[in-house]
Order: sequence, then structure tokens, then C-alpha cells
Amino acid sequence: MLLRRVWPSRPAFENPFADFDQLRREMLRVFDAVAGHEGRGDVSSGVFPPLNVTQDNDNFYVRAEVPGVKAADLSISALRNRVSIAGKREIPKESDKVSYHRQERAEGEFSRAVTLPGEVAADRVEARYADGVLTLTLPKAEAAKPRQIAVKIS
Amino acid sequence: MLRNKSNELQKVEKGAAPAVPEQTHTGPVYTPAVDIFESEDRISLLADMPGVEAEDLKIDLRENVLTLAGHVASPEADNETPVLREYAPGSYFRQFTLSEHIDQAKIDAKLTDGVLRLELPKVERAKPRQITVKSG
Repeated sequence: MLLRRVWPSRPAFENPFADFDQLRREMLRVFDAVAGHEGRGDVSSGVFPPLNVTQDNDNFYVRAEVPGVKAADLSISALRNRVSIAGKREIPKESDKVSYHRQERAEGEFSRAVTLPGEVAADRVEARYADGVLTLTLPKAEAAKPRQIAVKIS
Repeated sequence: MLRNKSNELQKVEKGAAPAVPEQTHTGPVYTPAVDIFESEDRISLLADMPGVEAEDLKIDLRENVLTLAGHVASPEADNETPVLREYAPGSYFRQFTLSEHIDQAKIDAKLTDGVLRLELPKVERAKPRQITVKSG
């Protein structure tokens, strides 16, 4: 797909395709809602693990559902406005004597990178893994923080 | 998640649970992926339920129907605004019908890193009895 981007890498005014990307997301969301898949969230990039990114004034937050992964098997790196998450999930072998009725869970490796809309202070990034959910807290670099500007009365 | 040849995890959309009873919580409900296997003395079940805390997970077994229900609260604070959304945190619901008789008192459930492991020991089978026919 031509416009298969996770996040427009530059602000909208620099990126003529950002509007199309946004449009594509909105369209697919409408189709999903009509088809009765409402509530399944936004359009995913089709790569494991799906990520949710949010922000407040001070931090970006990246969350991913990666159940059954050991914290030691996760590797996270951040540079400027890019975050990478890589890891592997291993399912311990059961005894040979068991017979499977269902086997829906899978194991394997994954890696994912996402570009954030602003730079982060890479040395202060925190990662937490609890209940199968990975949460990254990425403090915004000073330059990327919103600033209140006082209007001077001359 | 499915495994392809290169041993790379593929993303699979979380499946919406089909017939879910009336919900008290709002939000999407998913079918957790499970492994179920059986050995001589027990049935074991592993389910991926990321985001569920132990106290929010309900396991119920009655009349051979096993019900798993896990509630996930949104991990996001109120002042966070979304930048990119690829999944919607939601609850989990799934039911199974068990053919074997399960010893309800010995069921053991563990939740580690978003994976539930349920051990369902079988009831000791009634021993085969020889029936002698009395004459007279």
C-alpha cells in the first residue's frame, strides 16, 4: 500500500501525504463501524505488537500489549523522536504426553519502531512491564514542550 | 498472533467475543487466544489476557461450562491525549464446555505477565466393578 505509514513523520504542513493518511484512517474507521466492528480501535499498522501512543504536557506514553514476555527479552531504544521496541516471546514446552485440543497462542520475535511527533529526552525514558502490558514513559525534550507565552502590555 | 516461516510474530486482530452476556462495563470485549491441552490426570488451559489484574479476573465452572471473564481498566490518565491508536484496551470473555468431570476443589489458577494458566484436575474415575450375579 502506498500510504502505509504508522505516523506522519513530519507535521502536517510539511507533509502533503499526511492528509491522505488521516483520510484513510477515518474512512476505514467508518467502514468498520458500519460493518459492526465498532470499538475495535483505530486502524492498525498490521505489525505486532499494536501500539497506543498518547501525550500530556510533559511526556509521551507508548503502550503495547505483549503478554507472556520476559522483561529480559524486551529491548527498547530511543533516539531523538524515534522509539524502537523489540523482543521475543517463547512459550515453554509442555510435556510430550499432553495432547492439544487448541493451540491459538503463538511464539516468535517482534520488532517495532514508531516516530513520535516531538523529540524525547532519551536518557530519562522509563519502561515498565506489568500484567502483559508494556508502558514506556518518554519525557519530552525541553524544546518539544508546549510553552505558555505571556502577552506583554506595552 | 500467528507464526510464519521466519519465526516472526504476526499481528492478528483481537477477535470480538461472539455472544457476550449483558455487560456492566462499557467498552469492547475480546476473545482471548488460548492453548488447551490434556494429559492423563488434568486439562490445562493457557489464555493471553494482557492488562487484566488478578482481582479483575473471574473464573467460573458450573455444569461443565467454564467461563473466563477479565475486565481491563483503561491505563491512560485523564489528561493524556491520543497521538496514535492501534488497539483499544477491552475486556475478555470466553466460555468452554468441558467433557471430562473436573474436580472443582482442586482447580488452580495463576496469572503471570498477562497469561492465565488454569489447571483443571480430572475426577478420579470410578473404578471398574465386577458384578457378580447371585443365583437362587
